[in-house]
Amino acid sequence: MKPRHKRFAFIGLGLLVLGVATVLILNAFQSNLVFFFTPTQVASGEVPQGRSFRIGGMVEDGSLVRENDGLTVRFIVTDTAKRVPVTYKGILPDLFKEGKGAVAQGKLNADGTFIASEVLAKHDENYMPPEAAEALAKAKASGAQQSKSLIVPQGRQGSL
Amino acid sequence: MIPEIGHFALILALCVAVVQGILPIYGAAVGNSALMAVAKPAARGQFLLVLTAFCCLGYAFAEKDFSVLYVAATSNSQLPLHYRLAAIWGAHEGSLLLWTFILTVWMFAVTLFSAHLPDATRSRILGVMGLVSVGFLLFMLTVSNPFERLIPAAPDGRDLNPLLQDPGMVIHPPMLYMGYVGFSVAFAFAIAALLGGNLDAAWARWSRPWTTVAWCFLTVGIAMGSGWAYYELGWGGWWFWDPVENASFMPWLAGTALVHSLAVTDKRGGFKVWTVLLAIMAFSLSLLGTFLVRSGVLTSVHAFATDPKRGLFILVFLAIVIGGSLALYAWRAPRVGLGGGFAMISREGMLLANNVLLIAAMGSVLLGTLYPLFLDALDLGKISVGPPYFDSVFVPLMTPAIFLMGIGPLAQWKKASLPDLAKRLRWAFGVSLVTAVVLPIVMGNWTPLLSLGLLLAIWIVTTAIVTLRERLTHVSGNSLVSRLAAVPRSYWGMLVAHCGIAIFIVGVTMVKGFETEKDVRMNVGETAVIGDYTFRFDGAQDVVGPNYTAARGTFSVSRDGRETTVLYPEKRRYTVQNQVMTEAAIDPGLLRDLYVSLGEPLDDGAWSVRLYHKPFVDWIWGGCFIMALGGVLAVSDRRYRIAWRRQEPAVPASTRTARRKVA
Repeated sequence: MKPRHKRFAFIGLGLLVLGVATVLILNAFQSNLVFFFTPTQVASGEVPQGRSFRIGGMVEDGSLVRENDGLTVRFIVTDTAKRVPVTYKGILPDLFKEGKGAVAQGKLNADGTFIASEVLAKHDENYMPPEAAEALAKAKASGAQQSKSLIVPQGRQGSL
Repeated sequence: MIPEIGHFALILALCVAVVQGILPIYGAAVGNSALMAVAKPAARGQFLLVLTAFCCLGYAFAEKDFSVLYVAATSNSQLPLHYRLAAIWGAHEGSLLLWTFILTVWMFAVTLFSAHLPDATRSRILGVMGLVSVGFLLFMLTVSNPFERLIPAAPDGRDLNPLLQDPGMVIHPPMLYMGYVGFSVAFAFAIAALLGGNLDAAWARWSRPWTTVAWCFLTVGIAMGSGWAYYELGWGGWWFWDPVENASFMPWLAGTALVHSLAVTDKRGGFKVWTVLLAIMAFSLSLLGTFLVRSGVLTSVHAFATDPKRGLFILVFLAIVIGGSLALYAWRAPRVGLGGGFAMISREGMLLANNVLLIAAMGSVLLGTLYPLFLDALDLGKISVGPPYFDSVFVPLMTPAIFLMGIGPLAQWKKASLPDLAKRLRWAFGVSLVTAVVLPIVMGNWTPLLSLGLLLAIWIVTTAIVTLRERLTHVSGNSLVSRLAAVPRSYWGMLVAHCGIAIFIVGVTMVKGFETEKDVRMNVGETAVIGDYTFRFDGAQDVVGPNYTAARGTFSVSRDGRETTVLYPEKRRYTVQNQVMTEAAIDPGLLRDLYVSLGEPLDDGAWSVRLYHKPFVDWIWGGCFIMALGGVLAVSDRRYRIAWRRQEPAVPASTRTARRKVA
């Protein structure tokens, strides 16, 4: 091979790898992005059907009900404007509490209950998860709740 | 008083850093050896000053000086001493101080082990590191001062986040930072070479051990972080593809590519321009990682914006470092030259392919980490990119890279023959393939991914054996032992590090393929079976710790009627922040971990409980430590020791300058 051909071959190979990587990435992106919605958006039917998404807001006071198996829990996530019932089977994170913020990932079933596959608590107990705080802030027209209050202690809080 | 001394030491350090960043580089440019000679004492002085500041902050923590804002925010009078000291790097300001301190440690190390370097090169290297240090010291002194006073003093501190009150967290950040900051040496070497315009094989030989040491620290640091997440978070996961983790993983990927590219530059003089770019990339990603994790931008883009000064400083600093070095690169790199040519099927070709794959993988992680931040910052909606994205991109990109990893060491430099390679590797491939297919079937759970993982792991090991055997036929020596001893340590280092990857892959594959998990409600005396193990819940008692109260469960684990172990998981409530924490109990083993964590108390003394049986999970971290061990072996190679021992003063000063002028 002449040097020029060789260079072309190298560049071609590089482009091929890049192309394959791009296809993989775009494909994976397409199917694995998880969008976030507020209870108001859920109520107005903006959420995707049959696809996993996240909701966030406050766990309504007194709404937490545990079933007899000790593992299945039901609670209501609210942004003070709308309420979404959530069912989750499993162990809740340490920071999960009534009256506190929570984010759940899962799907909406036919009767409007959110079946959570995961409940997240990426925050310490005095503060809201940012998504939940925003959901509340959006719902309040006066917008008193700002994310300014989100001074989360530094550290690995993100990896919860 | 003591905190003011620390503050003052930082200000002095900044002055020294400015001097160190300007005079030696200028001196090297005009050939003034007096100016160049400033570099060494300046670097050492800066080390002492930052050490002083670091000790002052440590003293404030040890003495519970809650009139220092940072101490009050991250510790508490009930916090044990070792965690109070670890709290130095428990939050933003202190971690930056740790970062700067480690930077000066590396600088100090450079002054110690650079006797064999030409004066101009050494002054440029120390100068560049001084400039980096200027950025960090300025940042601390202007917007993130760890010595800021709190007047009036707080009666008591807000306590360290309970998640961080753990031995793993004490060692993890310094390790990780040793790795991050260690890449600054490789970066400084690269910039020095660009400034000087001489990127030769000697340059690569000098910067190779530094890069490898940094890479080892980073590897261990990441492994420890992952281990911490595994036992401390109580979810039994070891890697979440969380932005915080990705931030440390991206420099690792770039650093791994750099280590391999440096090998080519060292041995063959090739890849020069690419190596320099990788050195810049590895350090830029380290900077990005530090700021991503420590600026709060990950928690919320908007929290970042609430302190615009800090955010602006970070962006400007990143822009100057990355933009500046890339501009210098664009300007000077064409002079560097490309190095020798090589065929596509050759060791260089395979290392290049490996590099491209590693960087593509790094790019995909970068995209997945930053894209949600961009969308959020532009108010285009909130999304999260979860583990499935990273898994589905990472596995296909890494599979060919690992496949090449087996062939590369066997291929000749410059030009190799494919049929010849195939012949030498056919039994290795046969053995790997057969084992990978048969083994999962024997174990009773065949999945394509399981077979793929095992195939790659066994492929690495078998090809390493072939490589070693061929190598042994080339070295002289009568007995096998003497021939084994004749193989250079850097070669052993490569083999060991590659086998570390194999062990890591076995761990990941076996955990993914065979782990069992159970969330159950358990009454006192009730049993649950998981794997071959029977867990009996013997109730929970209240215990009191130094700064927490806890419920401690007792679980007797037995197998085939014989008792294996007793596990005591805890649910702790840290009193200061009134925060609940799960403390998992783990029975580690070579072939499996048993893992119990308490969920919530239910009625009649019953608890919801999470049980795991995790086969081979410790191999994941074992593999990482073996990779790092390989790096250590490589650095201890004879040729570096000789280079370091060769003291320059043996040559008269006049001939030295003369030689440099010729060069």
